[in-house]
Amino acid sequence: MKTDLTVNGRTYGIDVEPRTTLLDALRDGCGLKGTHAGCEHGVCGACTVIVDGEAVRSCLMLAVQSDGLDITTIEGVAPERGELDVIQDSFCETHGMQCGYCTPGMVLAAKALLGVNREPTDEEIRDAISGNICRCTGYGQIVEAIRLAAKRLRESNALAMEAGE
Amino acid sequence: MKPAPFEYLRPASVDEACEALASDPDARVLAGGQTLVPMLAMRLSRPSILVDITRLADLQGITETAEGIEIAAATRQAVALKSDLIARQVPLLAAALPNVGHPPTRARGTVGGSIAHGDPSAEIALAATILNARIVYIEDGEEVEFEPEDFFIGPTVTMAPMGGLMTRVIFPKKPAGRVGAGFHEIASRRSDYAFASAGAQVVLDDDGACVQALLGIGSVGDVPVAVDVSDLAGTRLTDDDLKGAIEAALADLDCVDDLHATATYRARAAKRLAFQALATARENAA
Ligand code: FES
Ligand code: FES
Repeated sequence: MKTDLTVNGRTYGIDVEPRTTLLDALRDGCGLKGTHAGCEHGVCGACTVIVDGEAVRSCLMLAVQSDGLDITTIEGVAPERGELDVIQDSFCETHGMQCGYCTPGMVLAAKALLGVNREPTDEEIRDAISGNICRCTGYGQIVEAIRLAAKRLRESNALAMEAGE
Repeated sequence: MKPAPFEYLRPASVDEACEALASDPDARVLAGGQTLVPMLAMRLSRPSILVDITRLADLQGITETAEGIEIAAATRQAVALKSDLIARQVPLLAAALPNVGHPPTRARGTVGGSIAHGDPSAEIALAATILNARIVYIEDGEEVEFEPEDFFIGPTVTMAPMGGLMTRVIFPKKPAGRVGAGFHEIASRRSDYAFASAGAQVVLDDDGACVQALLGIGSVGDVPVAVDVSDLAGTRLTDDDLKGAIEAALADLDCVDDLHATATYRARAAKRLAFQALATARENAA
């Protein structure tokens, strides 16, 4: 079946079997390997992407269901090639990753949270990543990373407002 | 690619969806897919064709009618969680919803899908059972209604008509008086399947005496169950009143043993959670 996916602002025309998950379509059809395949049946959160502003598991959507939706993957998070987004940078700063397998999913879950809540409590941060499993870093530093990212986003907004932007 | 092959149809109307479902016994409804897609991946489900109802406008939305609060079947759980109407008129469902999965599954999972799947640990099914919501299907062009007690007959086994399509679930509006609700569950991880869950709703009069109390238990047996705590009417809902009513109501509760928890543990957890749910409902009604 032919389907058009809109990923990180770009349209990819792909031809897939109906049973192809959005995860496989992103990785194999669009060549965006940053979205990680973990369990491939909805348990681990490694495949998390943002669809229309909300974090979703790309292994639990079919590619043929996803046309016309606004999809953001980890490749679409940084402002420029070679740069890091505030959230990614905060993960580096607080050692919020070791092997990095869960990291794209964690970053996108965090991004979805910070898109609607600039002042999340630790409880809210934990809730936002409750569907994401990390097997090595430990959740403490991941929560710390998201807390730091939220703080930086608030501060940069305050600076922008002072500058009259 | 883990699932077995199937065809995909995105019907343009409810009628077209019904036609497709009725014409092939192996056709299945695809709503949020948060349970169905894992089942496809594990090949526990091998439909011939999936009928995707997620974009049917007629199956979206939450409205207040004379009959109650009607939630169209493909309304996403995340939408229900943000609904003021549900918060105001169906407080027990509002209390249950934050326990349903986690943000990414709620972003896709639907209210109707959760009920249609009939998992004994499903929070929405438990709230529907306690409040005696009505589950509406279209079968052969006719609407058929089910009460939860008749609808859920075993773990993931329901009375859903073959080839039918759920269109909405109608929750009764909040009764008059001071109404409070509580929902508590225990699971090994946040957002995982609960070992035991309890929901409660109480109505108090102006003096703070209980007019009506409802209690239900999920996750411990084959289906969510509403239990009788009507003896609480007329009491002040003291801790002792609650404990007495729970002991009597849960004396014969059917609990299952499995890998995750023993029946004995579930029975004890159910009592504890029932107390917490009723106590929270009491505080919220005050
Ligand atoms: S790969 Fe999607 S949840 Fe694990
Ligand atoms: S960093 Fe290794 S799984 Fe999270």
